[in-house]
Amino acid sequence: MPIPDVATREIAAAPAQPERPLIRISDVSKTYQNGTVALSDVDLDVAHGEFVSLIGPSGCGKSTLLRLIAGLGQVSSGTIESPLSRRDARGEPIRDLGFVFQDPTLMPWATVADNVYLPLKLSGVGRRAAKPRIEEALAMVKLGSFAQAYPRELSGGMKMRAAIARALVVEPKVLLMDEPFAALDEITRFRLNNDLLRLWQEQRWTVVFVTHSVFESVYLSNRIVVMSSRPGRIVGEVEIDAPYPRGDAFRTSRIYSEFCRQTSAELARAMAGMEEE
Amino acid sequence: MVSVAPHVRTAPSPMPRSLRVVVPIIVGIVFVAAWEGLVRYLAVPRFVLPPPSMIVTALVDDFFPLVASAWVTLKVTLSAFIVALVLGVVIAILFAQSRLFEMSLFPYAVVLQVTPIVSIAPLVLIWVGLDHLERAPLILATIVAFFPILSNTTLGLKSVDHNLQSLFDHYGATRWQRLKELQFRSALPYLLGGMRISGGLALIGAVVAEFVAGSGTGTGLAWRIVEAGNRLNIPRMFAALLLMSLLGIVIFFSLSALEYALLHKWHESAVGRES
Repeated sequence: MPIPDVATREIAAAPAQPERPLIRISDVSKTYQNGTVALSDVDLDVAHGEFVSLIGPSGCGKSTLLRLIAGLGQVSSGTIESPLSRRDARGEPIRDLGFVFQDPTLMPWATVADNVYLPLKLSGVGRRAAKPRIEEALAMVKLGSFAQAYPRELSGGMKMRAAIARALVVEPKVLLMDEPFAALDEITRFRLNNDLLRLWQEQRWTVVFVTHSVFESVYLSNRIVVMSSRPGRIVGEVEIDAPYPRGDAFRTSRIYSEFCRQTSAELARAMAGMEEE
Repeated sequence: MVSVAPHVRTAPSPMPRSLRVVVPIIVGIVFVAAWEGLVRYLAVPRFVLPPPSMIVTALVDDFFPLVASAWVTLKVTLSAFIVALVLGVVIAILFAQSRLFEMSLFPYAVVLQVTPIVSIAPLVLIWVGLDHLERAPLILATIVAFFPILSNTTLGLKSVDHNLQSLFDHYGATRWQRLKELQFRSALPYLLGGMRISGGLALIGAVVAEFVAGSGTGTGLAWRIVEAGNRLNIPRMFAALLLMSLLGIVIFFSLSALEYALLHKWHESAVGRES
């Protein structure tokens, strides 16, 4: 998939707003009612325009952290500042966050267009006003000609595109993605990776991306945050200092495999303490 | 009869479509012909088993009174069905909103369901009083038709995909939006399954009430059967029975058609499988 000609951004230039990160997670812990400590003392700043991946073994709390950023669930202690915690003039929370789940989570009874319309419908936007925005979101993920299809008629990759379009229709500043491509085959995943990077560069989003794939995280991210389990915590970070746009040439480059090796080593270190499991 | 899953369908048969229509018809014709022939050959008295030709004659002779009676029974059945539908759905929605409400009332709904309707009928007759006996079939049919709708809808409202719930949370859905756009839509296949069962049960309830009420309600199809039986007019009994089955079939297929119309675009039960 060719990458459109967009202004190439250097990593150093993108997150250049050190005075105020877009998302600031301070000292956050989360303990479930059954006593499981999902997260312990997590600190993480995400700058405007960054692409940050969270990676770690199952049970390291990476999905929990993402859901907390999205406002799904309460922290046990600590604070999360995100666009969601800011309020507009009417005291309504500003919903600048798009969330993409691991499953496409489409409503089977609604067409693709109606699924994408849902976030706007729930916030009271009329159908007519929403129409151009729905079309735009579907065009972004190249699903324009499937607007009237039902989810069951779509392939796995297309369902995921529809789910992404639904997240995009609210024109979010931040996109939170919870292993969105984990269930897809490799060819589809590569293609969606490329599409996501292209959109990220065009739209200047901030992305927080949960994955369990070292290769995917290195390909996509500015920065990889490595987490460990029991309790879930951040144990390391890897800066992926490679220029965008990244394409298939990057995927086969030596520097790419070097970053993968480095990230895998971090991950191995994170898991070293839990051999007995 | 708790919560019959709405998506049970027989696997598509490999036989061509035309055969699936033609074969049952041939079987029917053979059966009726054998019945006619055997009854005549063995000279079975017509008050034991009349030949089909005699039943048809009875149906033609008494066509208008029988159809008028069928209309009375159908009206009661449909009214009861609609009352049961509204009651069942409203109470199921209340159950879904409040666990406490469900906990406190559901057992009594079950009691109402498991108590045989025939045994409640005399009591209901006394309560409505001789002046309003016509209300008894409506009440009894409603009682039997109500439960499948209640239990299926309750189950359906609870069977909402958890991720979709999170999605609605994330986008700040109100309680009403959640009910309308998510819970009710998820529950629809269950509700339609419940309706198909309730449609048949409403007819049974109406018939039971007519049987028990006797000549008091006087004009329904079930009463025609009792009446014809008392006079040993067996062909007429069969004719009324035929109309009764026809009512049941019409109700069943109407509800199946409704289910198809509402679900065929998206629900697995109504979508053909290609292999």
